[in-house]
Amino acid sequence: MTAFWILAPLMVVAALGLVLARKAIHGALCLAVVMLSLAVLYAAQGAPFLFAVQIIVYTGAIMMLFLFVLMLIGVESADSMRETIRGQRAAGFVVVVLFGLLAIAGVAQTVTGSVRGFGGQPNVEGLAALLFGPYVLAFELTSALLITAALAAMVLAHRERLGARPTQAALSQQRMRDYAESGKHPGNPPTPGVFARHNAVDTPALLPDGSPLEESISASLVARGQRRDGYDDDIETVQQQLEGGDSDD
Amino acid sequence: MTEYLTLSMLLFTIGAAGVLIRRNAIVIFMCIELMLNATNLAFVSFSRQHGNLDGQVAAFFVMVVAAAEVVVGLAIIVSIYRTRRTTSVDEASLLRF
Amino acid sequence: MLDYAWLLVAIPLVSGLGLLVWGKEADRFGHLIGTAASAASFVVGLGAFVQLLARPADDRTFSKTLFTWIHAGPFHVDMAYTFDQLAALFVLLITGVGTLIHVYSIGYMAHDARRRRFFAYLNIFIAAMLTLVLASDYLVLFLGWEGVGLASYLLIGFWQHKDSAAQAATKAFVLNRVGDVGMALAIMTAFAQFGTTVISDVNASVSSASTGIATTLGLLLLLGACGKSAQVPLQAWLLDAMEGPTPVSALIHAATMVTAGVYLIVRSNGVFDASETARTAVVIVGVVTLLVGAWIGCTKDDIKKALAGSTMSQIGYMMLAAGLGPAGYAFAIFHLLTHGFFKANLFLGAGSVMHGMNDDVDMRHYGAIRAAMPVTFVTFALGYLAIIGVPPFAGFWSKDKIIETALAQSWWAGLGALIGAGVTAFYMTRLLAMTFLGQKRWLDDVHPHESPRVMTLPLVALAGLSAFGGALAIGGWITDWLAPVTGEVHEHHLPAPAWVISLVVLAVVALGVLLGLRMYAARAIPGETPADREVSIATRAGRQELYGNAINDAVAVRPTRHLVRTLVYVDGAGLDAFVTGVADRLGDSADALRKQQNGFVRSYALSMVTGALVVLAALLAVTLG
Repeated sequence: MTAFWILAPLMVVAALGLVLARKAIHGALCLAVVMLSLAVLYAAQGAPFLFAVQIIVYTGAIMMLFLFVLMLIGVESADSMRETIRGQRAAGFVVVVLFGLLAIAGVAQTVTGSVRGFGGQPNVEGLAALLFGPYVLAFELTSALLITAALAAMVLAHRERLGARPTQAALSQQRMRDYAESGKHPGNPPTPGVFARHNAVDTPALLPDGSPLEESISASLVARGQRRDGYDDDIETVQQQLEGGDSDD
Repeated sequence: MTEYLTLSMLLFTIGAAGVLIRRNAIVIFMCIELMLNATNLAFVSFSRQHGNLDGQVAAFFVMVVAAAEVVVGLAIIVSIYRTRRTTSVDEASLLRF
Repeated sequence: MLDYAWLLVAIPLVSGLGLLVWGKEADRFGHLIGTAASAASFVVGLGAFVQLLARPADDRTFSKTLFTWIHAGPFHVDMAYTFDQLAALFVLLITGVGTLIHVYSIGYMAHDARRRRFFAYLNIFIAAMLTLVLASDYLVLFLGWEGVGLASYLLIGFWQHKDSAAQAATKAFVLNRVGDVGMALAIMTAFAQFGTTVISDVNASVSSASTGIATTLGLLLLLGACGKSAQVPLQAWLLDAMEGPTPVSALIHAATMVTAGVYLIVRSNGVFDASETARTAVVIVGVVTLLVGAWIGCTKDDIKKALAGSTMSQIGYMMLAAGLGPAGYAFAIFHLLTHGFFKANLFLGAGSVMHGMNDDVDMRHYGAIRAAMPVTFVTFALGYLAIIGVPPFAGFWSKDKIIETALAQSWWAGLGALIGAGVTAFYMTRLLAMTFLGQKRWLDDVHPHESPRVMTLPLVALAGLSAFGGALAIGGWITDWLAPVTGEVHEHHLPAPAWVISLVVLAVVALGVLLGLRMYAARAIPGETPADREVSIATRAGRQELYGNAINDAVAVRPTRHLVRTLVYVDGAGLDAFVTGVADRLGDSADALRKQQNGFVRSYALSMVTGALVVLAALLAVTLG
C-alpha cells in the first residue's frame, strides 16, 4: 500500500504534466514516469511478469519510438496555448469532469467482497497455461497483428525514388553550380577549433588571418548560447605555463 | 482495491482531456497511450480481486496491440509530416459541411 | 319498321363516327355519306310514322328495350325507346329538316377544307337529338341531352381558328352546363322519390306525390330547359352561337336543339300538371323571354343575330304554351314544328344572302337584293309571312292558338303574347326591308348572285312547308294526334270569340308591319350603324342584349373568379406553405445540424466523449436506480 500512496500522486501529477506541457518532449518524459510507476504498481499487485513486460515493451520500446519520432518531426515545435475551436476548451472541461466523476463513481461500485489474491500460484506458469490454453487463438492472431504492423510501418515510411539516383559526378557538378550561383561552400563544412590543449566543439575554428569561422560550430550550440569565444585565455594560459613553469613539462 | 480503480479512472479521464485539448498529433497519441495504460491497471486490479489470471492475460494482449498500434500510428504521422510539414491535427479539416 | 326504330339513331351515329375515323381519304365523298345517312334516318322515321298512323288511336305508344344499360342494386336503367305520337313528330322534324340542311350544306361548305368533319358532327348531332326524343328513360334522355350539347360545342366552334368562335362555343357549353345541373338534380330527385327514372313511371307516380316534390321536379326540369332552349336567365349564349356556320344556326339553334327544352316540358306533362307553381314559373319564363328576344331582335344589325333574337322569342311562345297545361301542350308542339320550318327557312335564306354578299353579316351593307337573288327573296318572304303570323301561312295557325289559350288562362300572359306578336312583325319587317328592299348599300367588290341549286332547292322545300305547314291543324288533327300523350283538353273560356281575337292579333301585326315599313322601307337607311349616343335608351339596351352578359359577369363570373383566386391563394400560402414549410423547417434544422461537421478531429472526439458520458450515465441510472 505504501507503494500505491507514494506513486499515485506522482502518477497523477505526471499525467497532468503530459497533458499540460508546452513542449512535447517534456510531455513524453512525464509519460515515461507514469509508465514506470505503473510497472511498480503491477509488481505490487502480484503481476511480476507484467512488471517486466511493462518496462521492456512500454517504457523501453514504445516510449523510445515516441522520442525518435519527436526528434524527427520537430523538437522545437510547441503548441500555442490559444484554442482555435470555439467552446472546445469549456465544453471539453465540463464533459471531462463529468465523465471523470461518473466513471469513478461507477467503477467504485463494482468492488464487492475482499481481495482474493493469487494464493501462491506461480505467475509466469499460470500466464503460460492461459496463453497457450484458452487464449491460444488470440495469441496467434496478435502475432499476426505484429507482423502486419511491422510491414505497415515499412510501407508507410517508404519513399519512392522518383528520379534516377544521382551519381557522384552529378553531385559534384551540383556542388560547383551552387557555389557559382550562391557562393555556398562546395567542400565539407569546416570542423570546430583544434587547440593546443584540447579539441572544443563549442569553439569556432580560426581562419588564417585569425578571425573565427562561424560555419564550423554547430547551429544548435549557437542557438543555446553555448558558443565559446574565449580561446584567447587558452593561448594565454599556455604562454603563462611556458613562461612560468620551466620545471613543468 | 477501490483506490487502484479510482486511480485508473482518474488517469483515463486525464488522458481523455489531453486528447480533447492538445493539437500536436504526437501528444494526442501519447494521451491515448495513457488511457490504454489506465485500463491495463484496471485489468490487473480486477485480476487480483477475482484471483484468476485472465485479467493479466488481457493486459498483456492490450500491451501487444498497443505496441502494434503505436508503430503504425507513428508511421502515419511521419508520412503526413513529410507532405504537410505540420503535426497540427487541426490542419486536416477539409471533410466539413 | 317500328321494331327497327333504333336504326334512326344507329345510322347517323355510325356514319358520323365513321367519317371522323376514316380520315382525309373520305374528304371527297364524306358529305354525300353524311347526307345519305340523314336521309336514311328520315326514311326509317317516315316508315315508323306510317305504321303508327295505321294503328288505332289508343294504341300508338310503341316501346322496345334494346338492352340493359345500368343495373346496380335497386337502380335499373334500360336502353329503351318509346315511339309514340310526340316522338314521331319530332323524329320527322329532325330528320326531315335535318336532311334538307345536310343538302344545303353540301353547297354552303363546298369551299371548306374540313367539310367531311362538319358532316360528321352534323350526323352525331342528329343521332344525339334522336336519342333525346326517343328515350323512354330520363337518363337515356340525358345522354342525348349531353350529346346535343357536345355537338353544339363542336359546331359553334367549327371555325376553330377564330377566337370569337371558340369563345362562343365555350360560352354555350358552360351556360348549358348550368341548365344540365338542374336536369341532373331532377333525375336524382325522381330516383330518390320514385325509385325509377322511366319517364312514363315518373309521370304516373308524381300525381300521388306531394306538391312540393312535383314543384321541385318541375322547377329543376325548367332550369334544364332554360339552359338548352336559351330562355331567360340562361339566354346569353344564343346570340354568340351565331359564330357557327349558318347551316348549324339553322339546324341546331333554330329548328331542333333549342326546342329540346320544350320537348322536355311537354314530355314531363305529368309533373307540370301536378304543380301549379311550376306551371306559373314556365309561363313567366316564356312571356319574359318572348318579349326580351323581340326587344333584342329590333336592335341588331347582324342578320343572324337578329334571327337569333327571333328564335329566343318564338321559343318563349312555345314555353308559354307549354306552361298553360294540357290546353297548351299541343299548340306548343305545333308551333315548334311550324317554327322549325320557317326559322330554318329564314336562316338558310340568310345564309344564301351571306353567300352572295361575300359572307358579310351586316345588314347595313345589304339593300335591294331582291332583284339580284329572286329565289332567295321569294322563299325568305314566305318564311317572313309565316313568322309574323299572316294567314294562311303556318305561323298564323300556331301562334294564334297560343295567344288564344294564353288569353283564356291569364290575361297578362295573353297581353304579353299579343304585344310580342306586334314587335315580331316590326323587327321581321325591318330585317326584310333592310336586306331585300330599299336602296343598294353594297360595299365595293360585292356582286350578289343567286346561290347554286343545291342551296336553293332546300330553301324552296322549306318555304313550301312554311306556307302549307298550317295543314297540320286542319280539323284539329294535331291536337287529336297528341291528346293521348298530353292529356285531354277541356274547353277553355275565352274573353271574346275566337275570330275577334284573331282579328285583334292581325291588327297588331299589321301595325307592326306598317311601322317597320315606314321606318326602314320608306326612309333611306344609313350605311353605318348609328353611334350609341344617337339612339334611344331602348335601342342601346337591346344592343347590349339587355345587359345579359353584364349580369352574368357580375353574378357568376366575377364572384367565381374571386373565389378561385382566394382558393388558389389559400392553397398556395396555406396548404402548400404548410407542406413545404415542414420540408423547409427540416432543411433549416439540417443546415443548423450540419454546422457540427466542422472537420476538426477534436470536435468529433468531444462528441465521442460526450456520448460515452451519456452511456455511462444511463448505465449508472439503470444499475443504481
